[in-house]
Amino acid sequence: MKKTYAIEVDCANCANLMEQEAKKVAGVKDCVVNFMTLKMKVEFAEGADPQAVMNEVRTVCRKVEPDCEIFLK
Amino acid sequence: MTHKQKVMLLRIIIAAVIMVALQFVVLPPLVNLMAYMAAYLVVGYDILLKAALGFKNGRIFDENFLMGVATLGAIALGLYRTGEYSEAVAVMLFYQIGEWFQSYAVGRSRRNISALMDIRPDYANIERDGQVVKVDPDEVAIDAIIVVNPGEKVPLDGVVVDGSSSLDTAALTGESVPRSIHIGDEIISGSINLTSVLKIRTTKEFGESTVSKILDLVENASSRKSRSEAFISKFARVYTPIVCVLALILALLPPLVIRALDITALPSSFGEWIYRALIFLVISCPCALVISIPLSFFAGIGGASREGVLVKGSVFIESLAKTRVVMFDKTGTLTQGVFQVNAVHHSKLKDEELIYFAAMAECASSHPIAKSLQLAYGKPLNHQAVTDITEYSGKGVSAMVDGHQVAAGNDKLMQQLQVAFKPCHHVGTIVHVVIDGEYQGHIVISDKLKYSAPQAIASLKQAGISETVILTGDDERVAADTAKRLGVDAYFAKLLPSDKVTKVEEYIAKQPQGSMVAFVGDGINDAPVLSRADIGIAMGAMGSDAAIEAADVVLMDDNPSKVAKAVKISKKCMGIVYQNIVFAIGIKVLCLILGALGLANMWLAIFADVGVMVLAVLNAIRALFVRKL
Repeated sequence: MKKTYAIEVDCANCANLMEQEAKKVAGVKDCVVNFMTLKMKVEFAEGADPQAVMNEVRTVCRKVEPDCEIFLK
Repeated sequence: MTHKQKVMLLRIIIAAVIMVALQFVVLPPLVNLMAYMAAYLVVGYDILLKAALGFKNGRIFDENFLMGVATLGAIALGLYRTGEYSEAVAVMLFYQIGEWFQSYAVGRSRRNISALMDIRPDYANIERDGQVVKVDPDEVAIDAIIVVNPGEKVPLDGVVVDGSSSLDTAALTGESVPRSIHIGDEIISGSINLTSVLKIRTTKEFGESTVSKILDLVENASSRKSRSEAFISKFARVYTPIVCVLALILALLPPLVIRALDITALPSSFGEWIYRALIFLVISCPCALVISIPLSFFAGIGGASREGVLVKGSVFIESLAKTRVVMFDKTGTLTQGVFQVNAVHHSKLKDEELIYFAAMAECASSHPIAKSLQLAYGKPLNHQAVTDITEYSGKGVSAMVDGHQVAAGNDKLMQQLQVAFKPCHHVGTIVHVVIDGEYQGHIVISDKLKYSAPQAIASLKQAGISETVILTGDDERVAADTAKRLGVDAYFAKLLPSDKVTKVEEYIAKQPQGSMVAFVGDGINDAPVLSRADIGIAMGAMGSDAAIEAADVVLMDDNPSKVAKAVKISKKCMGIVYQNIVFAIGIKVLCLILGALGLANMWLAIFADVGVMVLAVLNAIRALFVRKL
């Protein structure tokens, strides 16, 4: 399953870091952060709960970039 | 400007004013220090906070931390040696100016590009109980009648049932000449109705309409990252740690070595070498690269979509720029795909009867040949009278028509059915007709070249494409004739769709490493070839969904000269990308060397960091301007 989330982040390098960190989260099969369109595309692993996974993704992203935001619809 | 940007701008201005004022007044040392610290904290407190947070989270090499260390280091040096703090404040100030500029420039181009693609309709006018009401386009069902007033966007794909008008399709196709539209014409969502009220019967739901498809495509573009982008993010990952380690070595090793060897010609104080190391730290931020490369691609993709060329990701900009061979489907791509029945030969029946049987047999097909037969027959066809339709891909069809076994198709079909047929000496597509096993003659159908086709081939040559090729299911003579008239280098005729894939594969195998093969098709039967080619270019986004899905680049209209445009846009974009990579890395390395030798001061380091970033961002934005290419 793939989902796209709107994100807010100020610098391109931070967006790259968010992508790297999100990829490491359990339940995330793949993740692409597009700084230019401020979108995070997440492909979830089979059977993962997107809401729970995304909360974790947000936590790890906050660690690399404290003032980033991921909008979980 | 966003709220964040406004606040930042204010902080920058306050700090800058304090800085400038301090250059003109002489204060006691302690007051002087406090004034500088005030300016420093106003502009950089968030950096210090983030640096501390990053440190806590185990990320010691992020740019906030580096900036914090570099500036605090410079302040410490000021305390012990010079009493001079302006450099430390300046580093922080200019770093923030750079960040601000970057965020502003990116925000601007982001808005710029989304404004270009501002084709999303907000509402649809629907007639309910004799009254026109505005509803969400999502709520409109298929076969509903919607009303589009002049000046409004067409919200859903449909067919005009009442009124005639002209349409502005510039946002979709880049074509500035309005298109006139009448009853019975198909209309695509996203275009703007210009002159008078139209009533439209919808043929698709909003989610399936052209406008949704395009927006989806544009919004998801550039998620597929190019090799240059991957290179840069890898580079950024190793660059910063390496420079930091070098800075540490630079601060400690030379003074120790110089002291040990007692070389008097070289400076031996730790202060001097720490200063040089701090310069390293200031230069170590990879921002210029990390922002300017994706921004170049983003601007390139944005500029291309303004021209009616939708590129599905930056990786395809890269491939397009490396394209050496362009292979074309013929029908509907280089030719208009509007066939006309030009002649009927050897017919034992009346001409109309022969056309009738052929048209009936092909009535289920959407192929242009089938349409031209129906057009030539000119009367409505009774589809119920046709049964047992079998399609022979790339050959023709057979069916039961009015109780007769009819087969209609090309020479190959005749050979397969083992019917003796009379070959034709005319240039065109030949449809042989067999009724109840007996050869009844053939119909000659021919197609016209698109007006822009010769120009399209010529400008491809100009854009550096070394070989153009036609791949067609049509026969040898038609292909040869088309190739000759357009100046196309090579052609392969009588290809089945699977043969086209094989031909494309042959060409890909023949190319040296790093040159790409593009295939351009109008989408009918082309999906496998489009996905097999290095770059699949689908023409006429209003056309086949499968083609749009399979293609890497979608041309919004069916003008083949857009292919050359796409190549030129990509080349310009890649040029800018390479300039930025070389320029940014070059200046940084140069300044690192000068810094290590003691020839650079903090101001040069600031230029290497912020100045280079600003220039690279401005250069990246150039990729947006592609109209004149």
